[in-house]
Amino acid sequence: MTAQIQPILEAHPDLTERSSADNPAVNCPQGKVLEVLTYLKEEQGFDFLCDLTAIDHLDVEPRFEVVYNLFSTQRHEYIRVVTPCSGVTDPICASVVSLWGTADWHEREAFDLFGIQFDGHPDLRRILMWDSYPYHPLRKDFPLAGIEVDFPSEELMEQTGARVKAAPMAGGPFHASQSGSILDREPRGADESWNEHNEKTESPESTTDIPGDLEEGQ
Amino acid sequence: MTATTDFGYNSKVEGEVIVSRADAVINWVRRHSVWPMPMGLACCAIELMAAGGSRFDISRFGMEVMRFSPRQSDCMIVAGTVTYKMAQVVRRIYDQMAEPKWVVAMGACASSGGMYRSYAALQGVDRIVPVDVYISGCPPRPEALLDGMMQLQEKINREKSLGGVFKNRPVRDLSFQKK
Ligand code: SF4
Repeated sequence: MTAQIQPILEAHPDLTERSSADNPAVNCPQGKVLEVLTYLKEEQGFDFLCDLTAIDHLDVEPRFEVVYNLFSTQRHEYIRVVTPCSGVTDPICASVVSLWGTADWHEREAFDLFGIQFDGHPDLRRILMWDSYPYHPLRKDFPLAGIEVDFPSEELMEQTGARVKAAPMAGGPFHASQSGSILDREPRGADESWNEHNEKTESPESTTDIPGDLEEGQ
Repeated sequence: MTATTDFGYNSKVEGEVIVSRADAVINWVRRHSVWPMPMGLACCAIELMAAGGSRFDISRFGMEVMRFSPRQSDCMIVAGTVTYKMAQVVRRIYDQMAEPKWVVAMGACASSGGMYRSYAALQGVDRIVPVDVYISGCPPRPEALLDGMMQLQEKINREKSLGGVFKNRPVRDLSFQKK
Protein backbone atom coordinates (compact mmCIF):
# COMPACT_ATOMS: atom_id res chain seq x y z
CA MET A 1 0.00 0.00 0.00
CA THR A 2 2.78 2.37 0.90
CA ALA A 3 4.39 1.77 -2.48
CA GLN A 4 1.47 3.47 -4.18
CA ILE A 5 1.78 6.70 -2.24
CA GLN A 6 5.58 6.68 -1.90
CA PRO A 7 6.14 9.21 -4.71
CA ILE A 8 3.51 11.49 -3.20
CA LEU A 9 5.11 11.33 0.23
CA GLU A 10 8.48 12.07 -1.29
CA ALA A 11 7.20 15.09 -3.21
CA HIS A 12 5.51 16.48 -0.09
CA PRO A 13 7.46 15.76 3.09
CA ASP A 14 4.70 17.37 5.20
CA LEU A 15 2.41 14.45 4.47
CA THR A 16 2.33 11.40 6.70
CA GLU A 17 0.77 8.07 5.95
CA ARG A 18 -2.51 7.41 7.76
CA SER A 19 -3.63 3.95 8.75
CA SER A 20 -6.48 2.82 6.56
CA ALA A 21 -8.49 -0.37 6.12
CA ASP A 22 -8.89 0.04 2.38
CA ASN A 23 -7.42 2.74 0.14
CA PRO A 24 -4.11 4.51 0.77
CA ALA A 25 -4.54 7.53 3.00
CA VAL A 26 -2.41 10.47 4.02
CA ASN A 27 -2.58 13.12 6.71
CA CYS A 28 -2.03 16.64 5.48
CA PRO A 29 -1.49 19.76 7.61
CA GLN A 30 -4.23 22.38 7.16
CA GLY A 31 -1.92 25.01 5.71
CA LYS A 32 -0.82 22.73 2.87
CA VAL A 33 -4.12 21.20 1.89
CA LEU A 34 -4.82 23.30 -1.20
CA GLU A 35 -1.29 22.86 -2.46
CA VAL A 36 -1.33 19.08 -1.94
CA LEU A 37 -4.75 18.62 -3.52
CA THR A 38 -3.77 20.74 -6.51
CA TYR A 39 -0.65 18.60 -6.88
CA LEU A 40 -2.71 15.39 -6.66
CA LYS A 41 -5.15 16.66 -9.23
CA GLU A 42 -2.75 18.22 -11.71
CA GLU A 43 0.28 15.94 -11.48
CA GLN A 44 -0.96 12.65 -10.09
CA GLY A 45 -4.16 12.50 -12.12
CA PHE A 46 -6.60 12.32 -9.19
CA ASP A 47 -9.14 14.30 -11.15
CA PHE A 48 -12.35 13.14 -9.46
CA LEU A 49 -13.53 14.15 -5.99
CA CYS A 50 -15.73 11.23 -4.90
CA ASP A 51 -16.59 12.60 -1.54
CA LEU A 52 -15.77 15.32 0.92
CA THR A 53 -16.83 14.79 4.50
CA ALA A 54 -15.82 15.52 8.05
CA ILE A 55 -15.15 13.73 11.34
CA ASP A 56 -15.88 15.00 14.85
CA HIS A 57 -13.51 13.52 17.46
CA LEU A 58 -15.19 15.51 20.30
CA ASP A 59 -12.60 15.45 23.08
CA VAL A 60 -9.49 15.05 20.93
CA GLU A 61 -7.35 17.90 19.64
CA PRO A 62 -7.83 18.81 16.82
CA ARG A 63 -11.52 18.12 17.13
CA PHE A 64 -12.59 18.26 13.47
CA GLU A 65 -10.99 16.67 10.45
CA VAL A 66 -12.02 17.06 6.82
CA VAL A 67 -11.70 14.00 4.60
CA TYR A 68 -11.26 14.05 0.82
CA ASN A 69 -11.74 10.85 -1.14
CA LEU A 70 -10.12 11.20 -4.56
CA PHE A 71 -10.24 8.94 -7.58
CA SER A 72 -8.11 8.91 -10.70
CA THR A 73 -10.11 8.20 -13.80
CA GLN A 74 -6.91 7.32 -15.68
CA ARG A 75 -5.14 5.13 -13.14
CA HIS A 76 -8.33 3.82 -11.52
CA GLU A 77 -6.93 4.36 -8.06
CA TYR A 78 -8.27 5.94 -4.93
CA ILE A 79 -6.53 8.06 -2.36
CA ARG A 80 -7.80 9.60 0.84
CA VAL A 81 -6.50 12.89 2.19
CA VAL A 82 -7.34 13.92 5.75
CA THR A 83 -6.67 17.36 7.17
CA PRO A 84 -7.31 18.73 10.64
CA CYS A 85 -9.30 21.97 10.90
CA SER A 86 -7.99 24.93 12.79
CA GLY A 87 -10.23 26.16 15.58
CA VAL A 88 -12.35 24.11 18.00
CA THR A 89 -15.87 25.59 18.17
CA ASP A 90 -15.50 27.37 14.83
CA PRO A 91 -13.40 24.99 12.77
CA ILE A 92 -11.97 26.47 9.61
CA CYS A 93 -10.78 24.64 6.52
CA ALA A 94 -9.68 25.79 3.07
CA SER A 95 -12.31 25.41 0.36
CA VAL A 96 -11.51 23.29 -2.71
CA VAL A 97 -14.38 24.54 -4.88
CA SER A 98 -11.75 26.11 -7.15
CA LEU A 99 -10.39 22.61 -7.87
CA TRP A 100 -13.56 20.54 -8.06
CA GLY A 101 -16.94 22.18 -8.66
CA THR A 102 -18.65 19.30 -6.90
CA ALA A 103 -17.04 20.36 -3.62
CA ASP A 104 -19.56 23.21 -3.49
CA TRP A 105 -22.47 21.18 -2.14
CA HIS A 106 -20.25 18.79 -0.19
CA GLU A 107 -18.76 21.69 1.69
CA ARG A 108 -22.17 23.18 2.29
CA GLU A 109 -23.24 19.87 3.79
CA ALA A 110 -20.17 19.67 6.04
CA PHE A 111 -20.84 23.26 7.08
CA ASP A 112 -24.51 22.52 7.76
CA LEU A 113 -24.02 19.37 9.80
CA PHE A 114 -20.60 19.95 11.41
CA GLY A 115 -20.29 23.74 11.35
CA ILE A 116 -17.01 23.77 9.48
CA GLN A 117 -16.32 27.13 7.87
CA PHE A 118 -14.84 26.68 4.41
CA ASP A 119 -12.58 29.56 3.68
CA GLY A 120 -13.04 30.71 0.07
CA HIS A 121 -16.36 28.96 -0.55
CA PRO A 122 -18.47 31.09 -2.95
CA ASP A 123 -21.83 30.57 -1.19
CA LEU A 124 -21.57 28.89 2.19
CA ARG A 125 -25.19 28.30 3.22
CA ARG A 126 -26.94 25.41 4.91
CA ILE A 127 -28.09 22.75 2.51
CA LEU A 128 -30.19 20.25 4.50
CA MET A 129 -31.42 22.04 7.61
CA TRP A 130 -33.20 25.34 7.22
CA ASP A 131 -31.22 28.58 7.22
CA SER A 132 -32.23 29.76 10.68
CA TYR A 133 -31.47 26.43 12.40
CA PRO A 134 -29.13 27.19 15.30
CA TYR A 135 -27.23 23.89 15.68
CA HIS A 136 -25.01 21.54 13.72
CA PRO A 137 -26.68 18.18 14.18
CA LEU A 138 -23.90 15.73 13.32
CA ARG A 139 -21.61 17.09 16.01
CA LYS A 140 -21.10 14.47 18.68
CA ASP A 141 -22.45 16.68 21.46
CA PHE A 142 -25.79 17.17 19.65
CA PRO A 143 -28.48 14.74 20.85
CA LEU A 144 -29.94 12.53 18.14
CA ALA A 145 -33.48 13.35 19.26
CA GLY A 146 -32.91 17.03 18.54
CA ILE A 147 -33.44 20.18 20.57
CA GLU A 148 -36.67 22.17 20.77
CA VAL A 149 -36.52 25.22 18.51
CA ASP A 150 -38.91 27.30 16.43
CA PHE A 151 -40.31 26.04 13.15
CA PRO A 152 -38.69 27.47 10.04
CA SER A 153 -42.06 29.02 9.09
CA GLU A 154 -43.69 31.57 11.37
CA GLU A 155 -46.95 31.22 9.49
CA LEU A 156 -47.08 27.53 10.36
CA MET A 157 -46.33 28.18 14.02
CA GLU A 158 -49.09 30.75 14.20
CA GLN A 159 -51.62 28.44 12.61
CA THR A 160 -50.84 25.27 14.50
CA GLY A 161 -48.81 26.20 17.55
CA ALA A 162 -46.44 23.41 16.58
CA ARG A 163 -42.73 23.60 17.39
CA VAL A 164 -39.74 21.55 16.43
CA LYS A 165 -39.54 19.19 19.41
CA ALA A 166 -37.08 16.60 20.58
CA ALA A 167 -38.22 13.28 19.12
CA PRO A 168 -39.47 10.65 21.59
CA MET A 169 -36.68 8.11 21.67
CA ALA A 170 -38.59 5.44 23.65
CA GLY A 171 -35.63 3.18 24.22
CA GLY A 172 -34.02 4.10 20.95
CA PRO A 173 -32.02 4.74 18.87
CA PHE A 174 -33.33 1.88 16.82
CA HIS A 175 -30.91 -0.63 15.40
CA ALA A 176 -31.23 -3.73 13.28
CA SER A 177 -28.90 -6.36 14.68
CA GLN A 178 -26.27 -7.54 12.24
CA SER A 179 -26.25 -11.11 13.53
CA GLY A 180 -28.78 -13.80 14.31
CA SER A 181 -31.66 -15.09 12.26
CA ILE A 182 -33.77 -12.72 10.22
CA LEU A 183 -36.46 -12.93 12.91
CA ASP A 184 -34.11 -11.35 15.46
CA ARG A 185 -33.02 -8.61 13.12
CA GLU A 186 -36.13 -6.45 13.29
CA PRO A 187 -35.07 -2.92 14.25
CA ARG A 188 -35.59 -2.39 17.96
CA GLY A 189 -34.62 0.05 20.64
CA ALA A 190 -31.14 -0.30 22.07
CA ASP A 191 -32.55 -0.14 25.61
CA GLU A 192 -36.14 -1.33 25.87
CA SER A 193 -36.36 -0.91 29.64
CA TRP A 194 -37.94 2.54 29.15
CA ASN A 195 -40.54 4.15 26.89
CA GLU A 196 -43.04 7.02 26.84
CA HIS A 197 -44.99 5.62 29.80
CA ASN A 198 -42.05 4.19 31.71
CA GLU A 199 -39.55 6.93 32.42
CA LYS A 200 -35.89 6.14 32.16
CA THR A 201 -34.68 5.93 35.75
CA GLU A 202 -30.99 6.70 35.89
CA SER A 203 -29.75 9.18 33.30
CA PRO A 204 -26.11 10.12 33.67
CA GLU A 205 -26.01 11.35 30.10
CA SER A 206 -29.61 11.74 29.01
CA THR A 207 -29.97 12.06 25.26
CA THR A 208 -32.16 15.13 25.54
CA ASP A 209 -29.89 17.24 27.76
CA ILE A 210 -28.75 20.40 26.06
CA PRO A 211 -25.02 20.72 26.42
CA GLY A 212 -24.18 24.28 27.46
CA ASP A 213 -21.57 24.99 24.82
CA LEU A 214 -23.98 24.11 22.01
CA GLU A 215 -25.84 27.35 22.46
CA GLU A 216 -23.14 29.45 20.93
CA GLY A 217 -22.81 27.36 17.76
CA GLN A 218 -24.20 29.01 14.64
CA MET B 1 -95.61 -11.46 -12.89
CA THR B 2 -92.33 -11.83 -14.65
CA ALA B 3 -88.97 -12.10 -12.99
CA THR B 4 -87.91 -8.80 -14.46
CA THR B 5 -90.15 -6.58 -12.34
CA ASP B 6 -88.28 -3.37 -11.61
CA PHE B 7 -88.56 -2.34 -7.96
CA GLY B 8 -86.19 0.58 -8.33
CA TYR B 9 -86.68 4.01 -9.75
CA ASN B 10 -89.23 4.04 -12.50
CA SER B 11 -89.54 7.32 -14.34
CA LYS B 12 -93.06 6.51 -15.53
CA VAL B 13 -94.32 5.97 -12.01
CA GLU B 14 -92.23 8.49 -10.10
CA GLY B 15 -92.41 11.21 -12.68
CA GLU B 16 -88.64 11.71 -12.89
CA VAL B 17 -88.40 12.83 -9.29
CA ILE B 18 -86.30 11.19 -6.59
CA VAL B 19 -86.86 12.01 -2.96
CA SER B 20 -83.91 11.67 -0.65
CA ARG B 21 -81.98 13.54 1.99
CA ALA B 22 -79.55 16.22 0.82
CA ASP B 23 -76.83 14.70 3.01
CA ALA B 24 -77.28 11.30 1.42
CA VAL B 25 -77.00 12.66 -2.10
CA ILE B 26 -74.13 15.07 -1.45
CA ASN B 27 -72.12 12.54 0.53
CA TRP B 28 -72.76 9.94 -2.17
CA VAL B 29 -71.32 12.29 -4.73
CA ARG B 30 -68.39 13.31 -2.58
CA ARG B 31 -67.29 9.89 -1.48
CA HIS B 32 -67.31 8.40 -4.94
CA SER B 33 -65.24 11.10 -6.55
CA VAL B 34 -62.40 11.79 -4.19
CA TRP B 35 -59.63 13.62 -6.02
CA PRO B 36 -56.41 12.86 -4.18
CA MET B 37 -53.48 15.21 -3.85
CA PRO B 38 -50.51 12.81 -3.85
CA MET B 39 -48.17 14.31 -1.26
CA GLY B 40 -45.46 11.77 -2.04
CA LEU B 41 -42.45 12.53 0.13
CA ALA B 42 -40.58 9.23 0.46
CA CYS B 43 -40.74 5.49 -0.16
CA CYS B 44 -44.47 5.24 0.63
CA ALA B 45 -45.15 7.22 -2.52
CA ILE B 46 -43.98 4.20 -4.53
CA GLU B 47 -46.79 2.13 -3.02
CA LEU B 48 -49.15 4.99 -3.71
CA MET B 49 -48.14 4.78 -7.36
CA ALA B 50 -48.64 1.02 -7.30
CA ALA B 51 -52.16 1.58 -5.99
CA GLY B 52 -52.81 3.72 -9.04
CA GLY B 53 -51.61 1.02 -11.43
CA SER B 54 -53.78 -1.59 -13.10
CA ARG B 55 -53.00 -4.35 -10.62
CA PHE B 56 -54.56 -2.59 -7.64
CA ASP B 57 -56.51 -0.02 -9.58
CA ILE B 58 -57.63 2.72 -7.23
CA SER B 59 -60.03 3.90 -9.95
CA ARG B 60 -62.45 1.17 -8.85
CA PHE B 61 -63.24 3.50 -5.97
CA GLY B 62 -63.41 6.66 -8.02
CA MET B 63 -60.09 8.08 -6.82
CA GLU B 64 -57.83 7.70 -9.79
CA VAL B 65 -57.76 11.38 -10.67
CA MET B 66 -54.59 12.31 -8.82
CA ARG B 67 -54.15 16.04 -9.07
CA PHE B 68 -50.84 17.76 -8.58
CA SER B 69 -52.58 21.03 -7.94
CA PRO B 70 -54.11 21.60 -4.50
CA ARG B 71 -56.86 23.71 -6.08
CA GLN B 72 -58.23 20.69 -7.86
CA SER B 73 -58.02 18.08 -5.14
CA ASP B 74 -59.88 17.38 -1.93
CA CYS B 75 -57.96 14.58 -0.20
CA MET B 76 -54.30 14.94 0.63
CA ILE B 77 -52.55 11.57 0.88
CA VAL B 78 -49.38 12.24 2.86
CA ALA B 79 -47.17 9.37 1.73
CA GLY B 80 -43.77 9.50 3.31
CA THR B 81 -41.49 11.14 5.83
CA VAL B 82 -42.33 14.75 6.58
CA THR B 83 -39.21 16.66 7.51
CA TYR B 84 -39.45 19.88 9.47
CA LYS B 85 -38.23 21.73 6.43
CA MET B 86 -41.02 20.24 4.30
CA ALA B 87 -43.72 20.69 6.94
CA GLN B 88 -44.50 24.26 5.95
CA VAL B 89 -44.99 23.16 2.35
CA VAL B 90 -47.38 20.39 3.40
CA ARG B 91 -49.36 22.85 5.49
CA ARG B 92 -49.47 25.46 2.76
CA ILE B 93 -50.72 22.95 0.20
CA TYR B 94 -53.35 21.82 2.69
CA ASP B 95 -54.40 25.44 3.14
CA GLN B 96 -54.71 25.90 -0.60
CA MET B 97 -57.10 22.99 -1.02
CA ALA B 98 -60.75 23.95 -1.20
CA GLU B 99 -63.21 22.74 1.44
CA PRO B 100 -64.39 20.07 1.99
CA LYS B 101 -61.03 18.38 2.34
CA TRP B 102 -59.59 15.36 4.03
CA VAL B 103 -56.13 14.12 4.94
CA VAL B 104 -54.88 10.53 4.91
CA ALA B 105 -51.61 9.79 6.72
CA MET B 106 -50.16 6.90 4.79
CA GLY B 107 -47.52 4.82 6.55
CA ALA B 108 -45.61 4.94 9.79
CA CYS B 109 -43.66 8.07 8.93
CA ALA B 110 -46.62 10.28 8.14
CA SER B 111 -48.59 8.90 11.11
CA SER B 112 -45.94 9.11 13.81
CA GLY B 113 -42.50 9.83 12.42
CA GLY B 114 -41.95 6.09 12.00
CA MET B 115 -38.40 4.95 12.38
CA TYR B 116 -37.07 8.48 12.03
CA ARG B 117 -36.77 9.40 15.68
CA SER B 118 -34.43 12.24 14.96
CA TYR B 119 -33.87 15.96 14.91
CA ALA B 120 -35.00 16.31 11.29
CA ALA B 121 -38.33 14.45 11.00
CA LEU B 122 -41.72 15.76 12.06
CA GLN B 123 -43.13 13.20 14.48
CA GLY B 124 -46.49 12.73 12.79
CA VAL B 125 -48.15 14.96 10.24
CA ASP B 126 -51.12 15.37 12.62
CA ARG B 127 -49.06 18.00 14.40
CA ILE B 128 -49.66 20.38 11.53
CA VAL B 129 -52.78 19.19 9.67
CA PRO B 130 -55.91 17.38 10.91
CA VAL B 131 -55.70 13.74 9.83
CA ASP B 132 -58.83 11.72 9.04
CA VAL B 133 -57.38 8.27 8.42
CA TYR B 134 -54.08 6.76 9.53
CA ILE B 135 -52.72 3.78 7.63
CA SER B 136 -50.18 1.57 9.37
CA GLY B 137 -47.29 -0.12 7.65
CA CYS B 138 -43.82 0.68 6.44
CA PRO B 139 -44.80 0.94 3.69
CA PRO B 140 -48.48 -0.04 3.73
CA ARG B 141 -49.35 -2.40 0.91
CA PRO B 142 -51.62 -0.93 -1.77
CA GLU B 143 -54.45 -3.04 -0.34
CA ALA B 144 -53.97 -1.25 2.98
CA LEU B 145 -54.15 2.10 1.21
CA LEU B 146 -57.34 1.04 -0.56
CA ASP B 147 -58.77 -0.09 2.76
CA GLY B 148 -57.84 3.24 4.28
CA MET B 149 -59.52 5.08 1.44
CA MET B 150 -62.65 2.99 1.90
CA GLN B 151 -62.61 3.93 5.59
CA LEU B 152 -62.44 7.53 4.44
CA GLN B 153 -65.47 6.94 2.21
CA GLU B 154 -67.36 5.60 5.21
CA LYS B 155 -66.33 8.64 7.17
CA ILE B 156 -67.43 11.03 4.43
CA ASN B 157 -70.74 9.22 4.35
CA ARG B 158 -71.33 9.95 8.04
CA GLU B 159 -70.55 13.65 7.72
CA LYS B 160 -73.11 16.43 7.84
CA SER B 161 -72.43 17.63 4.35
CA LEU B 162 -74.29 20.91 4.72
CA GLY B 163 -73.11 21.56 8.26
CA GLY B 164 -70.72 24.27 7.28
CA VAL B 165 -72.71 26.05 4.63
CA PHE B 166 -75.01 28.16 6.75
CA LYS B 167 -72.78 29.09 9.62
CA ASN B 168 -69.40 30.65 9.43
CA ARG B 169 -67.51 27.50 10.33
CA PRO B 170 -63.78 28.01 10.86
CA VAL B 171 -61.51 25.99 8.66
CA ARG B 172 -60.75 22.96 10.80
CA ASP B 173 -58.25 24.49 13.13
CA LEU B 174 -55.70 22.89 15.37
CA SER B 175 -56.12 25.25 18.28
CA PHE B 176 -56.44 22.28 20.63
CA GLN B 177 -52.76 21.74 20.14
CA LYS B 178 -51.82 25.22 21.17
CA LYS B 179 -50.26 25.58 24.56
S1 SF4 C 1 -43.38 4.52 6.48
FE1 SF4 C 1 -41.65 3.31 5.73
S2 SF4 C 1 -42.02 3.10 3.53
FE2 SF4 C 1 -43.28 4.81 4.27
S3 SF4 C 1 -42.05 6.65 3.99
FE3 SF4 C 1 -41.69 5.91 6.05
S4 SF4 C 1 -39.86 4.63 5.88
FE4 SF4 C 1 -40.68 4.89 3.81
